[in-house]
Amino acid sequence: MSLQVTDLRVYYRTLAGDVKALDGATFSIADKEIMGLAGESGCGKSTLGNSLIRLDGRMKYVSGSVNLDGNDLPIWDSDEMVHYRYMEVSVVPQYAMSAMNPTRKIGKMISELVESRGVSYKEIKPELQRRIDLVGLQRDVMDRYPIELSGGMKQRMVMVISTLMDPSLLITDEITSALDVSTQRAVAETLVSFRDHGFVKSMMVITHDMSILYQIADSILVMYAGKLAEKATTEVIIGKPLHPYTRMLVSSLPEVGVRYADKRLTGIPGGPPSLLHPPTGCRFRARCPLAFAKCEEEPPFVEVEPGHWAACWKATGSDA
Amino acid sequence: MLSLNKVSKVYKTGTFGGKDLLAVRDVSFDVNGGEVVSLIGESGSGKTTVGRMILKLIEVSRGTITLDGEDISLIHGGDVKSYYRQVQGVFQDPFSSYNPIFKADRIFAMIRSAYFPEMPASEWADKLEAALRGVTLDPGQVLNKYPHQLSGGQLQRLLVARALLLDLKILVADEIISMLDASTRIDVLNLLADLRTRGMGVLFITHDLSLGNYISKKTVILRRGVIVEMGDTDKVFGHPTHPYTRLLVSSVPQLHKKWAEIEAELSAPIAGKGGCPFHDAYPLAGRLPEPKADEPTLVQIEDDHFVGCFELESEKAQQVA
Amino acid sequence: MSGASPSEARESAGPIIVPQVAAPEGKPRGEFLFFALRSKKFMLSVAILGVLACIAVFGPIVDSTDPVAQNGLPMLQPTLDPGNWFGTTYFGEDVFAQFANGLRASFFIGFFGGGLAALIGMTVGFIAGYRGGWVDEALNMITNVFLVIPTLAVLLVITSYLQARGVMFEAVFIGATSWPWAARAIRAQTFSLRSREFIDLAKLSGRGSRQIIVSEIASNMSSYLLLTFILLFGGAILIAASLDFIGLGPTGGMSLGLMMYNAVTWAALQLGIWWWFIPPGVGIMATVGALYVMNVGLDEIFNPKLRTM
Repeated sequence: MSLQVTDLRVYYRTLAGDVKALDGATFSIADKEIMGLAGESGCGKSTLGNSLIRLDGRMKYVSGSVNLDGNDLPIWDSDEMVHYRYMEVSVVPQYAMSAMNPTRKIGKMISELVESRGVSYKEIKPELQRRIDLVGLQRDVMDRYPIELSGGMKQRMVMVISTLMDPSLLITDEITSALDVSTQRAVAETLVSFRDHGFVKSMMVITHDMSILYQIADSILVMYAGKLAEKATTEVIIGKPLHPYTRMLVSSLPEVGVRYADKRLTGIPGGPPSLLHPPTGCRFRARCPLAFAKCEEEPPFVEVEPGHWAACWKATGSDA
Repeated sequence: MLSLNKVSKVYKTGTFGGKDLLAVRDVSFDVNGGEVVSLIGESGSGKTTVGRMILKLIEVSRGTITLDGEDISLIHGGDVKSYYRQVQGVFQDPFSSYNPIFKADRIFAMIRSAYFPEMPASEWADKLEAALRGVTLDPGQVLNKYPHQLSGGQLQRLLVARALLLDLKILVADEIISMLDASTRIDVLNLLADLRTRGMGVLFITHDLSLGNYISKKTVILRRGVIVEMGDTDKVFGHPTHPYTRLLVSSVPQLHKKWAEIEAELSAPIAGKGGCPFHDAYPLAGRLPEPKADEPTLVQIEDDHFVGCFELESEKAQQVA
Repeated sequence: MSGASPSEARESAGPIIVPQVAAPEGKPRGEFLFFALRSKKFMLSVAILGVLACIAVFGPIVDSTDPVAQNGLPMLQPTLDPGNWFGTTYFGEDVFAQFANGLRASFFIGFFGGGLAALIGMTVGFIAGYRGGWVDEALNMITNVFLVIPTLAVLLVITSYLQARGVMFEAVFIGATSWPWAARAIRAQTFSLRSREFIDLAKLSGRGSRQIIVSEIASNMSSYLLLTFILLFGGAILIAASLDFIGLGPTGGMSLGLMMYNAVTWAALQLGIWWWFIPPGVGIMATVGALYVMNVGLDEIFNPKLRTM
């Protein structure tokens, strides 16, 4: 097991109380697995991604454990996490455009970064150059300032930098959202190539765009209102989802070839519940067309068939 | 009916305004009542500029935009208000479209004071309620609230309701879906499609092909300010001809086909980056040139399917010759 | 901190940065009062200014002595007897009467001088920011000219022509020369607001430029405009005190700066007449200081990101 997360809870502190943004996540990512983390805004996917690398001032670790390659990650202790950050767990930031220091040449910035981690820049340089070639950039990009690069080039550069130390886990948070369609594809395919070359062991791709996940992810974990809804391989999630939320989400996505005139898609009525005072029982209850009496009791996230987890009484067959 | 005829927009750049930035060049298409036209382009394509020109928020540099035959650049002063009775817009960021210190329904009050000042209060309340129900909103839930108390989807629908209070001929929807969640997107999208039944023409500006494909009958694809392909949606996506269109279609992540499969279906290799020596000369190139006779216009390759391609055009010319 | 357990770490967590919190009813006014009453800076400055304002308004009524009448015995120390709260000057003038009248004049100048500067600054700033183009260039040039003018030199020239100058003149002069920074700041804010989509929507609702500036842009900046006015108010008082202190103030009337000017001229420090110059000094300091503290307090109240509660 590469990554094992057990009952992780991270809340946000506010004047009005704790916002239960991530309320009990248990899942694992195997070696060589690219897992997509999907859900709508406010579902907790960014909180989950961020908590694995750095808790910012507002976030409060409540309980749960994170185990990476056999080591427990002390995510509540920012100083302790320094040993793991960038070396074992790395992140590709969302806005690559602003992720690089504009007053430094790129080569200088990288050398400062790796030296601060106790790695000799001279030793790592050949590998760095090889990877720059791999993503299709010229080697002279190291002598340039970030402003001289185009958006797509910056994105690729940031991806190389983030994975330079061959981290065990790479987390990407909405890196394709702001990109043009052609760049999106290039970036997504680069991610896969990193995994195939062994630069990273496993990946967590956070996005709301299920269609990108269909293209590159091995498995997909769907979240709703701070809880996990369903996890399975990509084919199963897209083709045979069990959780009503997943089903409604997948069927509400327009795609090329589907016309309004032929088949009118429907959305999910209503909105997600408040996470300040979340409802008891299943959090999707209010919007779920299949809700019944038992849903007042919160369904556990269980393995309903090998490799397929879901948190729904209907899915586990407890239709009584 | 809205008609764009060789519309161009030039911005002056450079230290003393010496250079011309050609944001939009010789764009021509129509939007008729009762149809949705998708204007598809990536960033820098000029699609938002086209939308803003239609809304008279910026001026046209060359060419004409006509509404029912009347040139809109000739509309000045007080007549602009009556233009807006017929043409309205909804923009991308629902939260930026509202003045945050006022309640959301102020947008309706602004319409009322400008266009229906004499209408009695009860009649206005009925009209407002009808408009809100027309966009599937419950008046009790959305009236009298501040923008931060409502969701993005509700705010966008309120903006559409605002447009419906007037007798619109044309609605320009500029990327109105992109900031919404997946589950609310489809509702707003369906709403746009339903507007056709009211006889309204909708210009749907987006970068997302799947959305454009879903609701529109006609598609116009813009690249760097120039139309590269346009026509009936099924034909444009069914057999995309211009290299750029093919690149777009092959890069859109689809939900049931992998990229490799889509490329195989398109059956011809995608040329490089979908580039074109003619198109790549713009947008930054000296002063705005006069239209030349030998430049590519749109070539009709089948009924209601046009492609902007120099090579194709010269091929055709040779065939005819 | 190695090996610290999660619970210990939680206890020693740093300051909480509070995300946006909406007040109970979601109304801006209710929200303002809610936070205003809890802001120590704001309440303290309101208290100080309140006391000073009372003295300015009621002082001359309570102690109706003419401030320049040399009635009393000279250089009397302050006592608690009515009419002698602040003692007398070298010439037997009632210091308290001078102080109260001077405070009144200061508030007057602050209000009118600061107000005029605010008006000019807003007009120039909004028009330059909203219109852009050559209008902006022209107004920028005017702003720069006013910034660069040596106001002291101009004032010296003017005073040599005007033998009698009133408080209103001083207020107008200060107002006409201290507006440039406000214009710049307002212009910058207007620029950033101009490109927001609700401005486009207002245009699409048939609103004209002037209407949009007032109803959309200025209303959105109302807290900022208030802060600017307060700064101009305090600044005007300070400038007036400095001008009076070097003798360029109004030729008649009384002001705090004038008190200090007289005190220095008549060697109050050497003679030990501390009650002549301490009250005006403290008065100016307290007024301007309280205004600046109120500014900071208001900034915190208006800007949720600064609230450190």
